[in-house]
Amino acid sequence: MGLDAFAAACCAIPVLASLLAVRFAYVLCRSGLPPTRPRAAGLRCLIVLGSGGHTAEMMNIITELQKDRFTPRYYVAALTDSMSLQKAQVYEKSLIQGEGEKIIKNAQFMQIYRSREVGQSYITSIATTLLAVLHALWLIIRIRPQVIFCNGPGTCIPLCASAFLLKVLGLGWSSIFYIESIARVKKLSLSGLLLYKLRISDQFFVQWTQLQQKYPRAQYAGRLM
Amino acid sequence: MGDRERRVVFVTVGTTCFDALVKAVDSEEVKQALLRKGYTDLLIQMGRGTYVPSKDSGKLNLQVDHFTFSPSIADYIREASLVISHAGSGSIFETLRLGKPLIVVVNEDLMDNHQSELAEELAERNHLFCSRPQTLQETVEAMDLDALQPYMPGEAKPVVALINKFLGFPV
Repeated sequence: MGLDAFAAACCAIPVLASLLAVRFAYVLCRSGLPPTRPRAAGLRCLIVLGSGGHTAEMMNIITELQKDRFTPRYYVAALTDSMSLQKAQVYEKSLIQGEGEKIIKNAQFMQIYRSREVGQSYITSIATTLLAVLHALWLIIRIRPQVIFCNGPGTCIPLCASAFLLKVLGLGWSSIFYIESIARVKKLSLSGLLLYKLRISDQFFVQWTQLQQKYPRAQYAGRLM
Repeated sequence: MGDRERRVVFVTVGTTCFDALVKAVDSEEVKQALLRKGYTDLLIQMGRGTYVPSKDSGKLNLQVDHFTFSPSIADYIREASLVISHAGSGSIFETLRLGKPLIVVVNEDLMDNHQSELAEELAERNHLFCSRPQTLQETVEAMDLDALQPYMPGEAKPVVALINKFLGFPV
């Protein structure tokens, strides 16, 4: 019996692995291509906020979005950054005044563990990184976003990677939009570089033409600020 | 003398700690350079820094004051005739949007010093002056405010249009 199970596992594991590899390749090719069917309105959005300038740029995008298409909206910021969520809350509240009760239900605000705080030692950051990754995966499974907006803070990496994993496993499909911060003129940020090189983002925007020339798969569509 | 026009220099470090900048503007040389340029007041927002500038202007005729944080930095910028700021994009674009002359001082102590990229690019386009704490005096003396070009604020519409198109929404 034990041998049979072992033999079965020996056969099943390569089959599963190759299936996963095929699926992985499919997801990589499919990313960056528009959806085949035209969209019905109401896409669950995950909006990753970062401190200071990042949030200001992101809120400029959110303000422009057609709210009936991009709804509900889940705002996520680092646990140590309550300012950014406050700004998003102020904005979402300003929407209700015009539209009544309906819209505030369409916005949720949550916080996420950061993998590493400034100045934290590298040894403890292994544990905190693991915690941050698990937390990100949990949030992605709970929210199942269809659209993800991010523009640079490190917290977007575990979130985007988790969303990509869900795509590979066939548990959900999300379009990931990355808009590199206006502060990056000559070089991408680490988050941007990772998402670009690993082809995790579906659409990658930069805000300076000289960056677009360096990274040809990126798009330039003007500046947000 | 009392009713002469006030010309305020507003120094802001945002939420950062940037003692090198506060020390630089607090130095006799920079204060003198500002006076020679016709400024009358120096107001310093010092953030999380620990260096406290002296309120006593000594022999100089420059009124100096400071505070740590304020929720309404924009009001101070609006009142100012010149803004000296750290290189954070928030402070930079807030000042440019309000159309105030701006000297951005890059913090060289930051580990990942990508912030100088933005300041240098905007300085090349003549939207602001870019400086370092140790060269601030020269920048103040050499600056020509008439050479500055107004910054046209960007907008998110084109990016959002592309996002909509990608998702298959009619634009």
